[in-house]
Amino acid sequence: MSAGAGERLVQVSAVAGSSRTAAGTEVPSSTTVAELAGSEAALRRFLFGLPGVDQVGVEARTASLATRSIKAASKLWAIDTAISMVDLTTLEGADTPGKVRALCGKARRPDPLDAEVPPVAAVCVYPDLVAVAKHELAGSGVAVASVATAFPSGRASLAVKLADVGDAVASGADEIDMVIDRGAFLAGDYGRVLEEVRSVKRACGAAHLKVILETGELATYDNVRRASWIAMLGGADFVKTSTGKVAPAATVPVALVMLEAVRDFAEVGGARVGVKVAGGIRTTKDAIRYLVVVNETVGDAWLDPTMFRFGASSLLNDLLMQRAKQRTGAYAGSDDFSLE
Amino acid sequence: MSERRVAVRKTYKLYIGGAFPRSESARSYAVNAVDGSLLANAALASRKDVRDAVVAARKAQPKWAAATAYNRGQMLYRVAEMLEDRREQFAEAIVAGEGTTRDAAEAIVGDAVDRWVWYAGWCDKVAQVAGASNPVAGPYFNFSVPEPTGVVGIIAPQLSSLLGLVSVLAPALTTGNTVVVIASEDRPLPAVTLGEVLATSDLPSGVVNVLTGRTHELAPVLASHRDVDALDLAGAPAELEVELEEAAAGNVKRVLRSAGPSDWAAEPTPQRMLAFVETKTVWHPIGI
Repeated sequence: MSAGAGERLVQVSAVAGSSRTAAGTEVPSSTTVAELAGSEAALRRFLFGLPGVDQVGVEARTASLATRSIKAASKLWAIDTAISMVDLTTLEGADTPGKVRALCGKARRPDPLDAEVPPVAAVCVYPDLVAVAKHELAGSGVAVASVATAFPSGRASLAVKLADVGDAVASGADEIDMVIDRGAFLAGDYGRVLEEVRSVKRACGAAHLKVILETGELATYDNVRRASWIAMLGGADFVKTSTGKVAPAATVPVALVMLEAVRDFAEVGGARVGVKVAGGIRTTKDAIRYLVVVNETVGDAWLDPTMFRFGASSLLNDLLMQRAKQRTGAYAGSDDFSLE
Repeated sequence: MSERRVAVRKTYKLYIGGAFPRSESARSYAVNAVDGSLLANAALASRKDVRDAVVAARKAQPKWAAATAYNRGQMLYRVAEMLEDRREQFAEAIVAGEGTTRDAAEAIVGDAVDRWVWYAGWCDKVAQVAGASNPVAGPYFNFSVPEPTGVVGIIAPQLSSLLGLVSVLAPALTTGNTVVVIASEDRPLPAVTLGEVLATSDLPSGVVNVLTGRTHELAPVLASHRDVDALDLAGAPAELEVELEEAAAGNVKRVLRSAGPSDWAAEPTPQRMLAFVETKTVWHPIGI
């Protein structure tokens, strides 16, 4: 069990008493980590004690935020910020070392003609290609993230998942993207999901842990909120929407629900957990909508690559095209930027 | 039917990606007949409409270019069929917009339909004219084929609102290009109606995109857009031409200059089709 999460929740009880967060999340004063971790019943009581998500409200809120008008100077800032938040991803069966090397080149310097474009946050690959990426990115400040734990389905025994993680960490991964066991979650076996996150967190060592909820398979916003809490209680550094292999992938309402969970967790004394949205984000307009939601939900402390990420591949080119448009006034062409 | 019906007025909108949106800017402008009376309000497109149109044209381009020449010819012929069905409507629009007699207008529409058929027929013949097998000193079969340039931006003729438009639009389509066309500023209505014709023929959406609005506002955006591969300045105002050519140089667009006031009724030549093709030459080893 994770000591970090434990201390946090003890603090929750001590500091806040029976605290009520902005979203109305009640954290009972008697809740201790030992209870949550030790008994399935306590965890279940806690998760079902979380207030339900108002689906209509969440969707209306994101729809109204999507209409925000972003003026030119802010847009340029948002584009550069978004570029620095990209986890440039390639997760195909056909990935080759050459493709990963090309991707790393793009990650270090997204626009070869413009040194002012910031590098991306990380390159995200399968575990067997971590070493290649690590070598290419040495000294660049760009992190190497690796999916692990039988990505994308997560259908393997815990031992296999931990070996997968160990493999990636040993190859030098700075960040591990794990998937939760959606089967266990949907079957109501929350303790098992929590324990798995904790075990993986231990296996990560110094590497950052991003926990993929695969919200497209969780069916309801309530489930997204519960899964976010499980991940955070398990010691996640980031909660991530999706693998990108399941439709629907990231949506703005889902991101809002996760951001609220993150905000509530921090408010009751937990760590500040980051959020990564992944899958289906292809345009600058989409990216900026997410940034608006982040700013309005958790505040500008999260408008930083250490706290918010975009998992994407084609998004980067659109960001570069829009950046060129903002700077030159002429609409950019897709031929002007490398595919990877 | 009652004797006094309330008039059902038509809304003239843009034609982008197979749909008929209003301008993103929500603006419109009055289109007058030659006698000064109001004909209709047309959508006043903005630079963002240009952007959307280019995105649609780019998306449609690979499939349109990959269609067999025979199939492309059939699709374009289908457009002529639809055009033929609407002869009355176009003739009325030309009488009102260009101030010709009814007879002259009908002759113009007839020419426009015939021209579309003429270009449709060229689809599977242009490669024979523009392509060649080249004699080379080596064991190679060397041949050249014309390939489409890509997305072509067209500034349609300002005076000849239908025949002129067809004369610049059809040749670019024949060779497999997709098109963003800025209609005549003062006489845009036949172009919008042509969009409706294209939408009801077999042409895939996005192959032709029609914008109406101020040429001075839209043309520079189209000329500087780096995802546009070629520019036809047929209807560009003389004072704008240099600026447009300079903007087009940004990504080395192919530019077809305006030849000044043209007689669009004259018999066409294959020249306009050959303006927007790229020649691909293949060296194929033989005798090995």
